[in-house]
Amino acid sequence: MVSEKDVQHIAELADVGISSGELGTFTHQFNEILEYFDQLDAVKGDAAAIKDLYNVMREDEIEPSLPQEEVLRNAPAQEDGFIRAPRVM
Amino acid sequence: MSGTSIRFEPDDTFNAFLTVCKRPTHTGGKLAGVAVAVKDNISTRGIETTCASRILKGYVPPYDAHVVELLRKSGAAIAGKTNMDEFGMGTTTENSAFGPTLNPCDTGRVPGGSSGGSAAAIASGMVRMALGTDTGGSIRCPAAFCGITGLKPSYGRVSRYGLIAYANSLEQVGPMGRTVSDVSTLMQVIAGYDRHDSTSLNKPYTHTPHAEIKGLKIGIPEEYFGEGVDPKVAASVKIAIGRLEELGATTVPCSIPSMEYALAAYYVTCTCEASSNLARFDGVRYGPAADTKKPWHEAYQEVRRAGFGTEVRRRIMLGTFALSSGYYGKYYAKAQVARENVRKDFQRIFADVDVIAGPTMPTIAFRLCEKSDPLSMYLADILTVPANLAGIPAISVPCGKADGMPVGLQIMGRHFEDERVIDVAYAYEQAVI
Repeated sequence: MVSEKDVQHIAELADVGISSGELGTFTHQFNEILEYFDQLDAVKGDAAAIKDLYNVMREDEIEPSLPQEEVLRNAPAQEDGFIRAPRVM
Repeated sequence: MSGTSIRFEPDDTFNAFLTVCKRPTHTGGKLAGVAVAVKDNISTRGIETTCASRILKGYVPPYDAHVVELLRKSGAAIAGKTNMDEFGMGTTTENSAFGPTLNPCDTGRVPGGSSGGSAAAIASGMVRMALGTDTGGSIRCPAAFCGITGLKPSYGRVSRYGLIAYANSLEQVGPMGRTVSDVSTLMQVIAGYDRHDSTSLNKPYTHTPHAEIKGLKIGIPEEYFGEGVDPKVAASVKIAIGRLEELGATTVPCSIPSMEYALAAYYVTCTCEASSNLARFDGVRYGPAADTKKPWHEAYQEVRRAGFGTEVRRRIMLGTFALSSGYYGKYYAKAQVARENVRKDFQRIFADVDVIAGPTMPTIAFRLCEKSDPLSMYLADILTVPANLAGIPAISVPCGKADGMPVGLQIMGRHFEDERVIDVAYAYEQAVI
């Protein structure tokens, strides 16, 4: 069982935000879904055998790319050809 | 772009389109002048692409998805972008931020999802063909609910470059159409190698449907006719399988015991992948502006709470939880074991049979607002998710009606035998026309 406090914490970790009004419903639905997921406990084994899989690599070569103005076109806040982001510190 | 244009001004009473291109241009080629609709999670250069989410409202991609580039080269006219469950998360198209799409067969019902707009656009005759995407049934479910045909290709056969990712290891772009021939033609255009997708394989599709199925061996899994499957739907599908027998196929019973855990494995996997993929939507590079004066967690939470719908936030949170410290082994690792068990079951069955047949969906289309509880909505995907977990091709072709609504016959095949599932669907379609 997860508590409202747990769900609040997960919402913060995931940066999705949650209002106090939503917390009860989210927690109830979360528990219902997690209870369903718990049936996986009965699956034997801890790790799937990885086979027939290989990595696809290529040389890191410079190729033509989109012009700066097109790349920036969708950015809501810009400054001197850069994208403005919220402060980190 | 050079070339001529067509006029495309549909009377879209079903809310199938989020964007309509009224004068799409086109060149010559296999699909010269054919209006093709594209699901709104596939990037189209110069045409707004929202994934039916407020967080991408106004986003205009600076490049085409590989499949869209191929469509344009084939002469197709991009007619518009179709409605969907936000980011592909849903089974009804009700999770769109821009209102639900209605089922053209009964406007009191959902068209299925998440590619509900594409299916409704075809079923209502607005377009002949459309692209959808299928992560856990999102092409086959709306095809079944709206009475059209849709193929989830083998994983790796169609490039995902430019598809706005939800769950990379499960999803494929695929063709939807009114007939099996149209689905096959669209598959010819979109399949093939793309170096921009590291999971792309060099397996082009050059096939033309062939209705001969004499001697074909069809596996009938007991799980596809068991508890939770509407007996009327099961009856329609059994009649359809009888038709395939009349055409010279033989059927054998089989069992997929791993299906017991398939749905849980699917939802753990897709929510985990979503929690990582959707981290990129933060109002910095695209979407509504984050308040750059605020600390970043606060700014991101504001943008994402306002921009994402409830189901999207729920899945991001579920995935975040399932991957968090102390729970990874319990959820994600176990889901991957369960997924491998599904693959092994299919391998074992396909050593003996050529294709597997059953219903696409356990019921007919739900009424609007009928599935308000998330878990009961998830359970509706039980018959479609196995093909995504295993990466095998699966098609849904209309097979009669139950309670006046269309039913879909699902044919699943071995890896890279998309041609064979197309042929079986074609044989059935030609027999009942």
